[in-house]
Amino acid sequence: MDGSSPGELTEITDVTQRYKAGVLKYRQMGYWRPDYTPKVTDIICLFRITPQPGVEPEEAAAGVAGESSCATWTVVWTDRLTACDNYRAKAYKVEPVPNNPEQFFAWIAYDLSLFEEGSIANMTASLIGNVFGFKPLKALRLEDIHIPVAYVKTFKGPPTGLIVERERLDKFGRPLLGATTKPKLGLSGRNYGRVIYEGLKGGLDFMKDDENINSQPFMHWRDRFLYVMDAVNKASAATGEVKGSYLNVTAATMEDMYERAEFAKELGSVVIMIDLVIGWTAIQSIANWARRNSMVVHLHRAGHSTYTRQKRHGVSFRVIAKWCRLAGVDHLHAGTAVGKLEGDPLTVQGYYNVCRDAYTHQDLPRGLFFDMDWADTKKVMPVASGGIHAGQMHQLLDLFGDDCILQFGGGTIGHPQGIQAGAVANRVALEAMVQARNEGRDIAHEGPAILKAAAQHCTPLRQALDTWGEVTFNYQSTDASDYAPTPAVA
Amino acid sequence: MMTNPTGRITQGQFSFLPDLSDKQITAQIRYGLDKGYAWSIEYTDDPHPRNTYWEMFGMPMFDLHDPAGILGELNDCRKTFPDRYIRMNAFDSTRGVESVAMSFIVNRPLTEPGFGVVRQEAEARHLRYTVHPYATDRPEGERR
Repeated sequence: MDGSSPGELTEITDVTQRYKAGVLKYRQMGYWRPDYTPKVTDIICLFRITPQPGVEPEEAAAGVAGESSCATWTVVWTDRLTACDNYRAKAYKVEPVPNNPEQFFAWIAYDLSLFEEGSIANMTASLIGNVFGFKPLKALRLEDIHIPVAYVKTFKGPPTGLIVERERLDKFGRPLLGATTKPKLGLSGRNYGRVIYEGLKGGLDFMKDDENINSQPFMHWRDRFLYVMDAVNKASAATGEVKGSYLNVTAATMEDMYERAEFAKELGSVVIMIDLVIGWTAIQSIANWARRNSMVVHLHRAGHSTYTRQKRHGVSFRVIAKWCRLAGVDHLHAGTAVGKLEGDPLTVQGYYNVCRDAYTHQDLPRGLFFDMDWADTKKVMPVASGGIHAGQMHQLLDLFGDDCILQFGGGTIGHPQGIQAGAVANRVALEAMVQARNEGRDIAHEGPAILKAAAQHCTPLRQALDTWGEVTFNYQSTDASDYAPTPAVA
Repeated sequence: MMTNPTGRITQGQFSFLPDLSDKQITAQIRYGLDKGYAWSIEYTDDPHPRNTYWEMFGMPMFDLHDPAGILGELNDCRKTFPDRYIRMNAFDSTRGVESVAMSFIVNRPLTEPGFGVVRQEAEARHLRYTVHPYATDRPEGERR
């Protein structure tokens, strides 16, 4: 406890005392409002706060509210020129984090008038702007966010959306299949296109540039685009299917990115790609370009683990996913649960849900603290990518359903009989699993038997299962949800 | 003869599996009906990947909820057009979806001629691509 006197625990309502020059507790300045009922138009943030020793949770929550809205460290008389109560964010509830005595959840409401319409940059500049370096806290994490319909409707959302993407691609009723070209770096444009052609002809829907493939000395972007599009069109003719390859247009400046996107369009690509590291403004600009040019936008979440992975500090990926959907991307890497990268299965399902829900319901085991109406915002196709293989097909389909993209990079290109065989193995495994699920079989448990049966008519699948069938990545997750199970209402 | 690993057009949900039997097709129809989808049957002799509008074999069967009845319609279509591509489509009218939810090929020509790529070379190494179905070299109604 910080030994505050009773007078320091609540808002000072006497204006002469409130605006006397000097320093007050954030609670005294009006940022702790336990009696406040959020308005339907408020944005609500749920923070995980780890206060410094001696800082009470309510004061810490009030500090977060203040520093993420209009407070500064001292009283300023210029507050009195404004409707300041409106602009003050209001911390209205704190609760201890279950099984974690150092940490608290704090609910903070922000008035709609604090934010510029349709700007993720503006929303994030407030909510995660200065406050994460605030000294009275040891650590701070934005766990979840409720964005009201009134604000949701100011964003255009995904340029294409997963429903229209499926119509354009003529692919329905199953997850899409992709692969990232490997090795990530060093292939010439000519060699790179070979990998694209083999993967697509073998049965994948998409191939993909990796996040750090831009325009390096070994492969100029223009060469890559030309060779890749030859491969895409040849594979389309060889299979009778629409095919695509995510052409990464990430570059140093928007001018460079637009130039690359225009070239992708001129060559007839159905999809371009960007990396999360380009920033919110660039993402929204590319989304606008994509809406004008009928282009699907694939977002690789490069860099996110620097702030999403550790539970104590940063921003949960479920918040990043909500921002990405509003900013306007069509594909979003959202984890695999069973692959090589971080992600507890329920938490990852929570990310998938916010990409695809028409209405997100509170679901504490999946880390979703709020109901949220997406107001018909188009849906994002979540992407599972990183260390997955055909032998996990039943788990992937069971966890994530049809509306996702499963990307097997090493699991395609590393096949002992070559890339086409790797693609065949994945496509056969997928189709067999979808068929079995639709026939009413319990794929979570019967999956291995279903794969084995499918492998009887498919040598490449048998070889894939022999090569990778036993590979798993079983490590303790660093980011599972913290919640106290409440007794069911009888 | 197409040269991809299946030797045939790979559109739809199940082109990489052995041809579905009537029993297997019925199971898929039942799955769609249980989800509330409406089935329809479409056929074509021009399977270009961007030929969206195959011919409808009658209207979508919004009010037919019996898998055997839907399979009967499919078999009528097969009798009428034994040498065409035929696909089963399921529509989901849920708000926010309102699109095709399932689609798979259930009949094919005996031989599938496939497609060629036509490259038009332009300035600065630009290429413009056309995927050309060999089937459409023959007149409408005489294609395979």
